[in-house]
Amino acid sequence: MPTRTAIVGVGQTDYRFKRTDVTIQELTQEAAAKALAHARMEMGEIDAFVLGVAPDALIGIDNVDRWMGQALGVAPRPQLRVNTGGTTGAAAAQAGYVHVASGMVRTVMVVAADKVSESPDAQWVLNTAMDPVYERSIALNAINMCSFQAVRQMQQYGLTEHQLASVAVRSRQNAGANPHAHLRRPVTLDEVLSSRYVCWPLKLLDCCPRSSGACAVIMAAESVVAAGHTRAAWIRGMGATSNTIYMGDKMGPGRRTDHADWDELALAAATAYRRAGISDPLAQIDVAEIYAPFTCTEIAAVEALGFCDKGRGGLLSEQGMFAMDGPMPVNPSGGVLSANPISATALARVAEAALQVMGDAGARQVPGARRAVATGIGGTLQFHTCMVLASDM
Amino acid sequence: MSDGAPAGQPLIHPGQWNIHYDYAVGDTARQFFTDLRDHARIMGRRCPGCQAVLVPPRAYCERCFVKTTDWVEVGPLGTIEAFTIVYEPFDGLPRPPYVVAYVTLDGASTAMANFVTGVDLSVPAAAAQRLALGNRVEAVFADPREGLITDFHFRLA
Repeated sequence: MPTRTAIVGVGQTDYRFKRTDVTIQELTQEAAAKALAHARMEMGEIDAFVLGVAPDALIGIDNVDRWMGQALGVAPRPQLRVNTGGTTGAAAAQAGYVHVASGMVRTVMVVAADKVSESPDAQWVLNTAMDPVYERSIALNAINMCSFQAVRQMQQYGLTEHQLASVAVRSRQNAGANPHAHLRRPVTLDEVLSSRYVCWPLKLLDCCPRSSGACAVIMAAESVVAAGHTRAAWIRGMGATSNTIYMGDKMGPGRRTDHADWDELALAAATAYRRAGISDPLAQIDVAEIYAPFTCTEIAAVEALGFCDKGRGGLLSEQGMFAMDGPMPVNPSGGVLSANPISATALARVAEAALQVMGDAGARQVPGARRAVATGIGGTLQFHTCMVLASDM
Repeated sequence: MSDGAPAGQPLIHPGQWNIHYDYAVGDTARQFFTDLRDHARIMGRRCPGCQAVLVPPRAYCERCFVKTTDWVEVGPLGTIEAFTIVYEPFDGLPRPPYVVAYVTLDGASTAMANFVTGVDLSVPAAAAQRLALGNRVEAVFADPREGLITDFHFRLA
């Protein structure tokens, strides 16, 4: 029986294009200090650290976790780095949860930070994550791998560029209420639709920015929560899956999952939902923080999370189903389309979901939210995570 | 803008990573690239369990986790499964515009990526229509060939 575990503190820096005033270590310290303040804890009360760091080459410091870890205090405590590409922050949260749930430690701090804007070569770096023998010289990168998903959604389900644009408009509208978001200016449908093509069918405003920033989350065992925490977001369910790195295996006649869909996320969600006792996600979940670096990926996710049938997500987005005042608010924070500090991006989804069920999400609070879901995705769309958080144990 | 506003101009130190590698491709890919270079043919590997013809070839079927056995020639005709038209320049990547597509070569169970040439990309929607999923393409082989994946590309059939 796992130890009941809750998030008791969340700290986020503001996500901005550049943070020239701090090093990556100082950025880490900034988020950690905020999380400690939020949890009303001292650093000495933290038993272990999990550091989420995506590919080192994005910030150009090899094994940068060594720098971030020592910046959090040199007391002898276990420290572990997690890297699953875009999923990194969520995978770090998964590792942190398992630490506490195992009963081996009572508290853990999960921290992730990035300064992606310090190199203009992010897509080239992400190209180096492709198979060096068969695929790298075909110029694959993180944007066009999602374009392949979008064209399959358009072909199979009739997803339109207008429906995609509705995701961007809603995200940026929501970001206006989130002081941490990087891109807070609202955009119109016309602006999105007339923005230039980056990788057809994805246009500039279908794509996330590159951001700098850090996020920290403190998790604690039930006994610690009972002894002094009034704010707790209970981790009720967690699921994670992985699949092939070869996108082409999800397209040919021999495919078992389809690159148009996030069947892997549906599997991760099924595990998380079962553990959390969720049988009707639309009715039982009040808010979702979805890792969607592109508009098309959010559509695949709302379907995989069981909020609607496959192929319906685009139309329902257009009709307002996922708006703040709709039946299933998605990404009150503005989501990844409004801030993408890569290593920290998926952890920010967990942090935002926790704030929602704590009732501590400020101007972006979904009124009365009691259950929230947070997702992560990474690799060549091969890693998926799903976490269910609740206001009650 | 940051939480603590910096005084004056930021101080920036430049950096560069330039790392050389010599990737040994392994015996399975060595056979694939030898066939490609010397015989202008594209080969897949069949899984003795699920019978899938894996292209690009792999030593193990990752689904059944058994060693693959027979080589099977696939293509040169194939079907578009997904594509993108890249209009944005990225440092270190080719000069746009260009098309990358995943194609299931005839006889293969999985799709493989490569560039598609010969499509007018000046009007995105029109180009996209010509590249629609299900459309047929043909592998075109370079001459001479170097034993690299860029020894072939696709053009509309």
